[in-house]
Amino acid sequence: MTDKPMVAAHHVRLGSNAGQPMTRRDGLAKVTGTATYAADNRPDGLLHAVYVEAGIARGRVNALEIEAALKHPGVVHVMTPDNTPALSQNPDEKTTPFTARIDVLQHDKVRYAGQPVAVVIAETLEAAQEGARLVTADYEVEPARIGFDNGEAFEPQAVGMSTPPVFSKGDLGSARSEAAHSVSAEMETPLQYHNAMETHAVVAEWDGDRLTVDMPNQAIGLAKPGIAAYFGIPAENVTLRSPYLGGGFGSKAVLFGPQMLGILAAREMKRPVKLALRRDQMFGPVQHRSATRQTVRYDLGRDYKFKAMEHQADVSTSSFDDWLDGAANASLSVYAVEAMKASHRGFRFDTGTPGAMRAPGIATGSAVVETAVDMAAEKAGMDPLEYRLLNYADKDPSNGKPYSAKALRECYEEGARAFGWKDRPLKPGLMRDSDGLLTGWGMGTSIFHAPFFPAKARALLRKDGSARAETSGADMGQGAWTALWQMAADGLGVAADDLDFDIGHSDLPDGSIAGGSAHTASAGGALFAAGNDVIRQLAEIATQDKESPLFGAGNERLVGDGGRLFKASDPNVGERYTDILQRAGIDEIEGKGRGNRDKASTETYAMFSHGAVFAEVKVDPDLYQIRVSRLVGAFAAGRIINPRLAKSQLTGGMIWGVSFALHEEGIHDKRTGRPVNNDFAGYHIPVLADVPHVEALLVDEEDPHVNDLGVKGVGEIGITGTVGAIANAVWHATGLRTARYPIKIEDLLERSIARKT
Amino acid sequence: MKTFDYQRAESVETAVKAASEPGSVFYAGGTNLLDLMKAGVRQPDRLIDITRIEGLDRIETGKDGSLRIGAMVRNSDMARHPTLLAEYPAVAEALLAGASAQLRNAATVGGNLMQQTRCSYFYDRHSACNLREMGQGCDALDGENGKHAVLGWTKTCIAVHPSDFCVPLAALGAEVEVTGPDGHRRLTIDDLYTLPGEGQAPGTALRDGDLITALILPSGGKRFAARARYMKLRDRTSYAFAIVSAAAMLQIGDGRIKDARLALGGVAAKPWRATKAEAVLNGAEASEASYRKAADAALADAAPSGDNAHKIELAKRILIRALKSAAAGTPPKMPALPGSVFAAGKEAR
Amino acid sequence: MALRISLKINGKMHELALEDARPTLLDVLRERIGLTGTKKGCDRGQCGACTVLVDGRRVNSCLSLAVSLEGADITTVEGLADGETLHPVQAAFIENDGFQCGYCTPGQIMSAVGFISERDGHATAEEIREGMSGNLCRCGAYAGIQDAVMDAQLRMSNEGKS
Ligand SMILES: Cc1cc2nc3c(=O)[nH]c(=O)nc-3n(C[C@H](O)[C@H](O)[C@H](O)COP(=O)(O)OP(=O)(O)OC[C@H]3O[C@@H](n4cnc5c(N)ncnc54)[C@H](O)[C@@H]3O)c2cc1C
Ligand code: SF4
Ligand code: FES
Ligand code: FES
Repeated sequence: MTDKPMVAAHHVRLGSNAGQPMTRRDGLAKVTGTATYAADNRPDGLLHAVYVEAGIARGRVNALEIEAALKHPGVVHVMTPDNTPALSQNPDEKTTPFTARIDVLQHDKVRYAGQPVAVVIAETLEAAQEGARLVTADYEVEPARIGFDNGEAFEPQAVGMSTPPVFSKGDLGSARSEAAHSVSAEMETPLQYHNAMETHAVVAEWDGDRLTVDMPNQAIGLAKPGIAAYFGIPAENVTLRSPYLGGGFGSKAVLFGPQMLGILAAREMKRPVKLALRRDQMFGPVQHRSATRQTVRYDLGRDYKFKAMEHQADVSTSSFDDWLDGAANASLSVYAVEAMKASHRGFRFDTGTPGAMRAPGIATGSAVVETAVDMAAEKAGMDPLEYRLLNYADKDPSNGKPYSAKALRECYEEGARAFGWKDRPLKPGLMRDSDGLLTGWGMGTSIFHAPFFPAKARALLRKDGSARAETSGADMGQGAWTALWQMAADGLGVAADDLDFDIGHSDLPDGSIAGGSAHTASAGGALFAAGNDVIRQLAEIATQDKESPLFGAGNERLVGDGGRLFKASDPNVGERYTDILQRAGIDEIEGKGRGNRDKASTETYAMFSHGAVFAEVKVDPDLYQIRVSRLVGAFAAGRIINPRLAKSQLTGGMIWGVSFALHEEGIHDKRTGRPVNNDFAGYHIPVLADVPHVEALLVDEEDPHVNDLGVKGVGEIGITGTVGAIANAVWHATGLRTARYPIKIEDLLERSIARKT
Repeated sequence: MKTFDYQRAESVETAVKAASEPGSVFYAGGTNLLDLMKAGVRQPDRLIDITRIEGLDRIETGKDGSLRIGAMVRNSDMARHPTLLAEYPAVAEALLAGASAQLRNAATVGGNLMQQTRCSYFYDRHSACNLREMGQGCDALDGENGKHAVLGWTKTCIAVHPSDFCVPLAALGAEVEVTGPDGHRRLTIDDLYTLPGEGQAPGTALRDGDLITALILPSGGKRFAARARYMKLRDRTSYAFAIVSAAAMLQIGDGRIKDARLALGGVAAKPWRATKAEAVLNGAEASEASYRKAADAALADAAPSGDNAHKIELAKRILIRALKSAAAGTPPKMPALPGSVFAAGKEAR
Repeated sequence: MALRISLKINGKMHELALEDARPTLLDVLRERIGLTGTKKGCDRGQCGACTVLVDGRRVNSCLSLAVSLEGADITTVEGLADGETLHPVQAAFIENDGFQCGYCTPGQIMSAVGFISERDGHATAEEIREGMSGNLCRCGAYAGIQDAVMDAQLRMSNEGKS
């Protein structure tokens, strides 16, 4: 079933759909307001739930005062740890690497500010909101630990999903002893909160022990059994619908307390319940990016080539779970270096638990690595691009493996050309624009892994020529409705318009996780394979059918395209799918598929997407307000299924880079641990005026090893490289570097004053 | 939010009467009031909707040449009014530098003047705040206070007034017309706001039932029309509150400053008219050196209220920037980024 | 005692009985009328996702009390297309890929419609950037949004709509 008789594994030919800049298939629904996000559902008899969040960051709830809430007109129930039934699975138990420890009113401990401590259920949203405000708590308060000065340090077992916390290769000591120069970048990065535009939400409805949930989810295949386990029902009793996600960025891949509380409330009330987080509630129980404190040191030879690299990262997590951003691993596979060491130390803060956030590890780490590289270029007196080429890695320096494909040189070249990099003065502080603004140019290298998840899909071809393809995959904005549709259509050899396509539903084959920038390759690969499986079966029928023009062509390569099966060697010899099926009297053919990555390839090759980002910033010479006036990125990410959507993903990622470099910072009060800027007026992300010109170029790259289709991801790589490029551009404009992200007006001011005196 | 009675006022008189009962507040654009009610910071018993009162939405020129702007005129309508643009351009620029287009379409003159601080501890019901309830203490004092006041603060409260609009109004010496239970009165912008004292929270001079009916821009302000700017430093290019801001209005002749009007925003619990700096400028040479002296004078009494010493230096610099920009002349067309430091030309840097 | 209000939404009159005066226009649209195209991103005027037109002007529906709007004429994203024919702004958003997840999109589109109608004459790119800065997009679809608004104003002047 899974072997593909008609195609050589490494040269899969996609049909006429892939590669096209097709507009979004879900575009019409999204511009007319008919796309239904979870909280848009309103089943009959709906109740609204709003949870009460802890006002302290650490301690215990002594008592909850709920009478006032219960008296409020419209309030029907208040759930507290005292009256909430135990879940069937302890929510502090980690059953899979994707399980987070969550708070579902199973105890009276408070582990972070914003933790749910009660849930108010009411007939209207207004009543539920006011009810939640009326609940008061008496706490036993313990001092909050926030920040690296107060957090408790520990040696972690793993970082990221399951990467070892310490890595070393070569002899750091002896490489250092041979070095002639050294640079060291020390920087902090703050807590960052995902803040998808759609807050986490759930609409839950029980029918006996069957459950229907509308909930934005990036990993339906994991969520379904996960929910079932908490509620003690068989997985097949759970129907999860997530046709559209209003953004995810990693924070909708696991199950969280608030949504489980919504489901629990529906079971308690025997009525459907909607629970949608308020924006301020997004700064607690639904993950964030770890804060880090990093040192990246490069030791250079006499020729200024890297000899040794050491990357140390202090990384925050919560007091009760262990997820740590793997920042220090960002430096391992990007530049050639003889000896290297990366290590992490964990710090426990009284915050919610962090998790994967767009380009986890790499975004955070490369922000500091790219700064260090520019510092080294400055030491060498070399142009930053030339210097990066001097240290270009032809093999993955961390393990000596060749790259499955690496068109980074081309990215550097095309990006630099489009940007106009060659006119860059070497020294900082020399460029002013016609308005007298300091102008600086900086660059950074982008890199991101190309993981692959075991997704499944199903395809169907019917006698009337209609076709269907499906997988449970998720569209959180990256364009699954379109790119996967294109791949499914090509697998079947039909026009996209002739295909009935479905994703985002737990009744469909497991499309695996939309994350790690692997979804198009994984779920798309599965859909393509499922279509191919149909064509293989169809070819078998045709080649054995005496009446078919393809009779006896069993050893030849046959191609399905445009609803027709024909010989690759002579496209005129062939016939329509419908003719084959009608003659054979077959109603429909079902195909199944899994995406495929060759095991041997994984062991042989290092697999990454690459890119180069060039930034121009304007900095006010007195006031230090910064604007990124131009961003140009060139990226090589294997085969591009839909260039229009790929560019959007890449520019979106680059804008996340702007956000990281200049804006985002989750601030918690050091005394109480309470978030101080938990709204969009305080927690800034860029507005349109912040990103006047962002451009992504797609660089051709054929990757014969990464998977059958040669597809890598584009969702996360845009942020990597961009952060450092902006910091380097700010340096080039001003001659100043700051010790932390985001780069702030007051920090530049302070450094400029210090420089003068 | 708490339930409340809702009453639509048909006239100024009925509005004032209804609002004289304790627990009543006026509902204008709602953009600040609803925000605070959702946060649970304000819990009025009664909302008096003043949006339908006839006559409060007019802009008219008075007999003395002043411009009278009704309290219900929406910020966006005011900002694009030809007379305002021609005669009081810095006011238009400040309006357009605030909030977003959607908010300005709803926000009113009266509401903008009466908006409350954005201090995050004021918004956070779990924190202590004297402004919310005198006697609780001020959690901003030892907390995250990088954006708090550097002028006119006391340990009782270190919050800043967030309005952009008010800053050029303070510089112009604009006035508001108030109708209250005791009749009509006029207040200058400077008198409208009260600074914190020891044991006294900052606020306004309005009492229960006092309704602002109009804003008066004095005719004398027009003489600055050719050299008037508003400059706002922020950490996002748009849709962000000021870190510090300044309005500067100048009359220059023969290279000398004949008259100057200056005010700072984001530095105190009220828009801060910089009278000492104005005095330094009057008669001085129109030069960077004079602007520097003026800036030093304006911030002479400044002191950090926490981790915000940088705001003193930034306030000086924004003032100098506004002065230089004003000296360079009001742009013939509203800049695409109103009030932005990027909207200053080379000659102003 | 119920409060009765009537609103004209997308050309159709809606009579509503509210238990009290609290519901915002946004929550009335979404939870009571079922027009869920308008989105809630912050509920506090800080994101623009809830932008609708009230009497032709773009406002944040999360900071408007429904009772205060008695008799108002409201247009939401659902009321923009003319039958099967998309409004030029909607069409431009699709063609310029002015969105990714689509969650901020109804607000962006309504804001763009309001923006174009507020002006006489074409806006420059910089004016579009400033004028559309009241609508956050977490996906960072800004490049497409800028192009879409630029394109839409051209389409509209060609159609004689602006
Ligand atoms: C996200 C966001 C960003 C913002 N950014 C900025 C910014 O950058 N710069 C800036 O300056 N502002 C900014 N604002 C604030 C905005 O300008 C105010 O919310 C608005 O001006 C208030 O006007 P309103 O008519 O909506 O007032 P309302 O909310 O209706 O009322 C505010 C207060 O004024 C009282 N009031 C209203 N009218 C009168 C009257 N006639 N007489 C007496 N009292 C009255 C009300 O009772 C209430 O107490 C922002 C707001 C938000 C939500
Ligand atoms: S600064 Fe003023 S508003 Fe802020 S917490 Fe202190 S008293 Fe309250
Ligand atoms: S939901 Fe109204 S502005 Fe964000
Ligand atoms: S498209 Fe996702 S938030 Fe804008």
